[in-house]
Amino acid sequence: MTTSTETRAAELTKPYTGRPAELIQALHRVQTELGYIPEAAQAAVAETVGVPLSQVRGVVTFYHFFRTTPVGRHTLRLCLGTACHVRGADLVLKAIREELGVGLGGTSADGVFTVEGVRCLGACGLAPVMMIDEEVYGKLDPKKTKRILRGIRENAK
Amino acid sequence: MINLRIDDTPVQAEPGQTILVAARGVGIRIPTLCQVDALSPVGACRLCLVEIRNWNGRLVPACATPAQEGLDVVANSDKLTTLRRTILELLFSERNHICAFCVSSGHCELQDLATELGMDHVTFPYRFPSLPVDATHPKFGLDHNRCVLCGRCVRACSEVEGAYTWGFSGRGVATLVEADLGDPWGASKTCTACGKCVQACPVGALFEKGKATAEQVKRPEILAEVTERRPRV
Repeated sequence: MTTSTETRAAELTKPYTGRPAELIQALHRVQTELGYIPEAAQAAVAETVGVPLSQVRGVVTFYHFFRTTPVGRHTLRLCLGTACHVRGADLVLKAIREELGVGLGGTSADGVFTVEGVRCLGACGLAPVMMIDEEVYGKLDPKKTKRILRGIRENAK
Repeated sequence: MINLRIDDTPVQAEPGQTILVAARGVGIRIPTLCQVDALSPVGACRLCLVEIRNWNGRLVPACATPAQEGLDVVANSDKLTTLRRTILELLFSERNHICAFCVSSGHCELQDLATELGMDHVTFPYRFPSLPVDATHPKFGLDHNRCVLCGRCVRACSEVEGAYTWGFSGRGVATLVEADLGDPWGASKTCTACGKCVQACPVGALFEKGKATAEQVKRPEILAEVTERRPRV
């Protein structure tokens, strides 16, 4: 796995060989292809682009956009905005944690879901609301949330 | 030559010289922390803030601002001391600076600055972060609890040693000085074990193993001593 990740990252960043100023573009390219930037890939990028390891790590950890852990197949965005907060987003989050075993920023052990918190999805009338990939799920309660998650998990298998 | 005034004293400076260097030339003391001779100025700690009267009282870091013709600089005043003290309080409250348990107590630049500026207590709530200590290197240690993120080690490593081992990871209050890809220091493939970072560190964050507090005196001057001997390019 490590070797192939390294080779793949090196291939992807070939256009940026010896161009330290384009480090961020190179990292973007790796993340678009791999979904995240593991350490092996960071090392490969450093090597091809010609930037010290410490600086690659600096950039990867500075920008929230870059991820060093894999993302799940589905991205769950739970709204934590005011309306959803008032209507019980915390209970929904608790249900998510119970069902998936991870909270905000985590990826479930089976690799199906990555959970993220967002501030407002602009669907306050449906509060509390979450999005799974492009689909919006509104008027949630813990029971309904678990049902939705189970359904998607079944399909993913 | 450039003519300017610092604390109402007429001062002359060479083009390109900073306000800090010009002030030192006439014996005016400006407190500094992230600045070390031989390393590039970054203006990170803000302790050398000075007020420029004829720029509407703007505050600029003396270490990174070139002297300019006609500047009227206030380098020391009650207002500046209060500001500098607040900066120190923020530094002290951010991590776990417990002098009594520190190998650098007695020869620590942060401690000396607190004494100099009369910072006798911290008005901000302490954050007490839980931070690790990296003792994996055979000769040196890194205690994140005592780090002030001045970046002197990072610059010494890249600009003087050329190893680029140290870098910053994360951002804001969660920033850490880390080796390579966050590897334990002892496992770093790029570290040359030259020890320049340890000598550059103003506090007890980087220290030499096997040395007691009294022996743990840093010599940041070695950076300038090394670079002065190098041929100019």
